[in-house]
Amino acid sequence: MKWDDQKASALIDSVHAEVAAFLGPDGTTASALLPILQALQANFGYIDTNILPQIAERLNISKAEVHGALSFYHDFRSQPGARHKLKICRAEACQSMGCEDLVDYLAQHHGLIADESSALGHLQIENVYCLGNCGLAPAALFDERPMGRVDRQKIDALVQQTREILS
Amino acid sequence: MMNETGSGVRIFVSQDSSALSVGADEVADAIHRQAQQRQINITLIRNGSRGLFWLEPLIEIETQKGRIAYGPVSVKDVASLFDAGFLQGGAHPLHLGVTEEIPWLKRQQRLTFARTGVIDPLSLEDYCAHQGLKGLERAYQLGPKAIVDSILDSGLRGRGGAGFPAGLKWRTVQEAQADHKYIVCNADEGDSGTFADRLLMEGDPFVLIEGMIIAAYAVGASRGFIYIRSEYPQAIEVMRKAIEIARANNLLGSGNRHFDFDLEIRVGAGAYICGEETALLESLEGRRGQVRAKPPLPALKGLFGQPTLVNNVLTFAAVPWILAHGGKAYADYGMGKSRGTMPFQLAGNLRCTGLFETAFGMSLREIVIDVGGGTASGRAVRAVQVGGPLGAYLPETMLDVPLDYEAMLAIKAMLGHGGIVVFDDTVDLAQQARFAFEFCTLESCGKCTPCRIGSRRGVETIDKIVKDIDRVANIELITDLCTTMTDGSLCALGGLTHLPVMSALTHFPQDFGIANPSHSRDQEH
Ligand SMILES: Cc1cc2nc3c(=O)[nH]c(=O)nc-3n(C[C@H](O)[C@H](O)[C@H](O)COP(=O)(O)O)c2cc1C
Ligand code: SF4
Ligand code: FES
Repeated sequence: MKWDDQKASALIDSVHAEVAAFLGPDGTTASALLPILQALQANFGYIDTNILPQIAERLNISKAEVHGALSFYHDFRSQPGARHKLKICRAEACQSMGCEDLVDYLAQHHGLIADESSALGHLQIENVYCLGNCGLAPAALFDERPMGRVDRQKIDALVQQTREILS
Repeated sequence: MMNETGSGVRIFVSQDSSALSVGADEVADAIHRQAQQRQINITLIRNGSRGLFWLEPLIEIETQKGRIAYGPVSVKDVASLFDAGFLQGGAHPLHLGVTEEIPWLKRQQRLTFARTGVIDPLSLEDYCAHQGLKGLERAYQLGPKAIVDSILDSGLRGRGGAGFPAGLKWRTVQEAQADHKYIVCNADEGDSGTFADRLLMEGDPFVLIEGMIIAAYAVGASRGFIYIRSEYPQAIEVMRKAIEIARANNLLGSGNRHFDFDLEIRVGAGAYICGEETALLESLEGRRGQVRAKPPLPALKGLFGQPTLVNNVLTFAAVPWILAHGGKAYADYGMGKSRGTMPFQLAGNLRCTGLFETAFGMSLREIVIDVGGGTASGRAVRAVQVGGPLGAYLPETMLDVPLDYEAMLAIKAMLGHGGIVVFDDTVDLAQQARFAFEFCTLESCGKCTPCRIGSRRGVETIDKIVKDIDRVANIELITDLCTTMTDGSLCALGGLTHLPVMSALTHFPQDFGIANPSHSRDQEH
């Protein structure tokens, strides 16, 4: 969904209210910061930084604190990304089953380089460190769909599929 | 998660992420279609996984002889399974016999994972029919003080990594004077090679909720959070639904007549360091996940400055069994100061991967060779990393160590969260040591210079060693860097990076181009 300031404000309000309703008596609603950022990102695919002052005001914290959190956590992005995302695990169990070969293959054969947006904008590769599927390594997460025992054929099929969806 | 297609034969197809990752949904659809075509009544149940991952997608049929398993099933096998009469347990190349009799499962001692893969995860009725809520019932009879006594008797130690005695922590929070207290479940499970928290949350969410209610009642907490990493979308969904069901059944929220307690899910945002308990609390409070100095202990001053009990998923999930059977019964399992059972996670280059829960004390060799069946590649086992990214790399010659907290420490290794990752003889331990530094650089919270900068130097230095630039001096530099990081780091990320690095260097010196690290100088001259 395209960024929409009004929709974003409504989201901020509703998440803020939800968190406040649950919090114990000591909880400050600053605690709603991550849930708010997550809701925005889930809705729009990224977080437009123009909205940050509004979040800061709502939670009664400084703009620097909101910025700090946005930049600290790997999940958040402030630019729109590609339509599809392939998170590929680069941690030890997947290394032992050849994930590095898949990363090289994606780069050399498909021109898709981890943590860089692809030229075509249809598929973005992200490095992650463990997806909890270490028993069926190499593992990946395609959007929200888990993939196990990933090999070159599965990569080819997936790249093909995302190209078709786009065209 | 019941998919009622009538009152026919009950078929179980797992909805666990690992099973889904190799096509369980597609297999379930194919079964559904075939049954319709053949006009056969079936009841398809989407359960958790039994944790025999190399056999996923595993499907089970309920028969009079018990549940019969078939696996690994792919879509193209489904028609032939129907032809073979699998609904009556018929013979087929994928036939594995009665599930409970599969040796890999039979040889385990499943206390915490007794129900995972057996029940419908979101059926509270199913949960109760399998001993669910017995521990909670007992807990309400015993009262807070006796509950903590029970946990102390059990010898249960935190399963998140550090192995701190759970009962002592509970006692501290219980005795802390405050108007409000909190309880937090650490479900950040960031260690590579581990998946037990995820498997449990997806397969038996109510056991975690029950454990947390008992803990909250014991320490006097009124609100609780389960902090789940964002990489686990399926676990988040199952836990959210389970909490709703628990509320609707008056286990949580205002309907609970025993005490005021409610629980909520919070989702991480992709930071390994948020698994460290104080960074996790910072994150819950809406800040960057930076580690806090201890003291004060979270047990005394934790979330919002109040006494807070933080435990791992597996720690809480062990509690209902302990309450139902008594602390002593739990302590009867295990060895030395490691009591009870540990859900080990067999991962990486192994033939038989999955969850293996057993009493502490089994040797690493037995787990890797007998249980795991050796490497998936068929090559020789060369290195085994136990305990996640901060755990040591052990050579084949050291596999006789018993899996026990103290025994592992004695050989400069650690058990951690119980992940076991196997590598075959194509592994390069210099690259693994380099990765340990790189991971530390990537995930450092930035508070301590040795962790933030030292790890970066470590990567550069290993690159030089590999290129044979000043090899001797640079190997010494690695050793010094490790000492500096160990001494100058606030938490175990910087503080334990020496374990993978130094174990690689000590046990696999040839990968760094030397015969033996302590003789490196003689070597070169
Ligand atoms: C860098 C780092 C990462 C950690 N990650 C986790 C984790 O993912 N899950 C966990 O339960 N504990 C993790 N811990 C341990 C926690 O700090 C804490 O000891 C634990 O949650 C306490 O629960 P327990 O006593 O039940 O193990 C981590 C510690 C450090 C230093
Ligand atoms: S050791 Fe590293 S991760 Fe831990 S507190 Fe220091 S800088 Fe942060
Ligand atoms: S190490 Fe890759 S999924 Fe765990």
